[in-house]
Amino acid sequence: MRKLSRLSRFNIVSLALGLAFLYLPILILVIYSFNASRLVTVWGGWSLRWYHEFFNDRAMIEAAWMSLRVAVSSATIATLLGTLAAVALSRGERFRGRTVFSGMLYAPLVMPEVITGLSLLLLFVALNAERGFWTVTIAHTTLTMCFVAVVVQSRLGSLDRSLEEAAMDLGCEPVHAFVAVTLPLIAPAIVAGWMLAFTLSLDDLVIASFTTGPGSATLPIRIYSEVRLGVKPEINAICTLVIALIAVVIVIASLASKLSSSQGESAAPL
Amino acid sequence: MSSRRIFARPARFAAIAPYLWMALFFLVPFAFVLKISLSQTAIAQPPYEPVFDLTAGWEALKAAFAALSLDNFRLLISDDIYVFAYLRSFTVAVTATALLLLIGYPVAYGMARLPKTWQAVAMVLVIVPFWTSFLIRIYAWINILQHDGLLNQILLALHLVSQPVVWLSTDSAMYIGIVYSYLPFMILPLYATLAKMEPALEEAAGDLGAPPWQVFWLVTFPLSLPGVGAGVLLCFIPIVGEFVIPDLLAGSNSLMIGQTLWLEFFTNKDWPVASAAAIVLLVVLLVPLLLYERLQKRQLEQGR
Repeated sequence: MRKLSRLSRFNIVSLALGLAFLYLPILILVIYSFNASRLVTVWGGWSLRWYHEFFNDRAMIEAAWMSLRVAVSSATIATLLGTLAAVALSRGERFRGRTVFSGMLYAPLVMPEVITGLSLLLLFVALNAERGFWTVTIAHTTLTMCFVAVVVQSRLGSLDRSLEEAAMDLGCEPVHAFVAVTLPLIAPAIVAGWMLAFTLSLDDLVIASFTTGPGSATLPIRIYSEVRLGVKPEINAICTLVIALIAVVIVIASLASKLSSSQGESAAPL
Repeated sequence: MSSRRIFARPARFAAIAPYLWMALFFLVPFAFVLKISLSQTAIAQPPYEPVFDLTAGWEALKAAFAALSLDNFRLLISDDIYVFAYLRSFTVAVTATALLLLIGYPVAYGMARLPKTWQAVAMVLVIVPFWTSFLIRIYAWINILQHDGLLNQILLALHLVSQPVVWLSTDSAMYIGIVYSYLPFMILPLYATLAKMEPALEEAAGDLGAPPWQVFWLVTFPLSLPGVGAGVLLCFIPIVGEFVIPDLLAGSNSLMIGQTLWLEFFTNKDWPVASAAAIVLLVVLLVPLLLYERLQKRQLEQGR
């Protein structure tokens, strides 16, 4: 007759260990970025020395700037295309080539990046396109629009369709109903999609390495080539700055999705 | 009722732009990979002989088809390096996925049993590392695992070892890195199915006298199988092609297929062989890829 308790000690311990495993390495990295010592593992007191070093490293700054430009432009194009794709998939019912379309949208999510990068490079070589900012942007757009489509599609799927139908019953043209009713309701998901695309682009190493040209390395490419040569405390500082930037993005995205879910609840009883 | 259909027509037009984009930058590139995998290596820029030249007319096309060769694929089978690289990739992916399931399941289970408000917090906590750059997370482990790194310092301080252990450039370091990077991908689908499960089922089994391990093995685990499937596929497929983690954390004595492909492409500049290797990898991964897509579709339909 013994009832299982909802949350056993085993549950709490495994959850705590799992979260500690996920967060401790990042925390250690951030702490060591403020280390005054040149030796990464010897604590020499708090210092901003390595941040100074980063801001005086021209190649690193240029790579960071390149990464930011690519991330903003590819996330923007990806959000436009991904939202259109999500609308087509969740509202378009059946259209010719729908299966191929959804297949193309899901495949890059799990496809090994080496294959995606290699195939895009071969395309750019065949088109004789000069490799650099635009080829990386196109490559990142292709990858991240799939993530945007998934995020926006799940929001569209949970949306009450009677709202759109009511607008059209009242005489709205379908496109007008979409812009006036649906778009504001899915706006938080679109914002979250943009943020996800932005961080994925900022993060990508493999696809960028294949599609970029000489002299236009992104930040991950620079970090990667430095890390292969050994651990440098300056890298700790750069990584901490990237983590801080991503943390800001996450806060905005989670605020947006919170807005989205609270709207969803208030929209449901209508 | 009919308004739904009115809405459907403009929505179909929304597909045009993303469709064209994906066709141009996702489908067409594979045609090029296929084409180059069938062509001969050349010491030139680009480093392969062109196979098709459509401007030269029908005769040239026939000649081009006659010139297609499967040499690159034959090379893949005959060269031990490739066979070993594929085998190693699959061994690593199977082992890492098993470890991920063992570590991820208890965490997801713990999450699913939290009170509702805490579940949301825990979910955000699991997703955040996924947003944080994977290169940075691997780099964080290099800090910890290096010769005089934190792990060795702790082990020495606790007198568990008498001298520093070599962690970097070993398979253990690589498995730590892979498990660390992919853990959110395993936890989230598992949590999604476990959270939806009716707790009354477990309670009923307990009331009928089943000890906790039997409740888990006969009730909880079978019901969570869709989540297990999604998590396993979501981790297994990208790990097979993994390049950066083994490159930074594992030794260089045995390469996975992702690294071999990369070296062939950038160092040896043998584009045809690299393309052929990519095609083989894709074909091998096609089964789990299609499985994943079917699972995804079913879950989307259930979610509606």
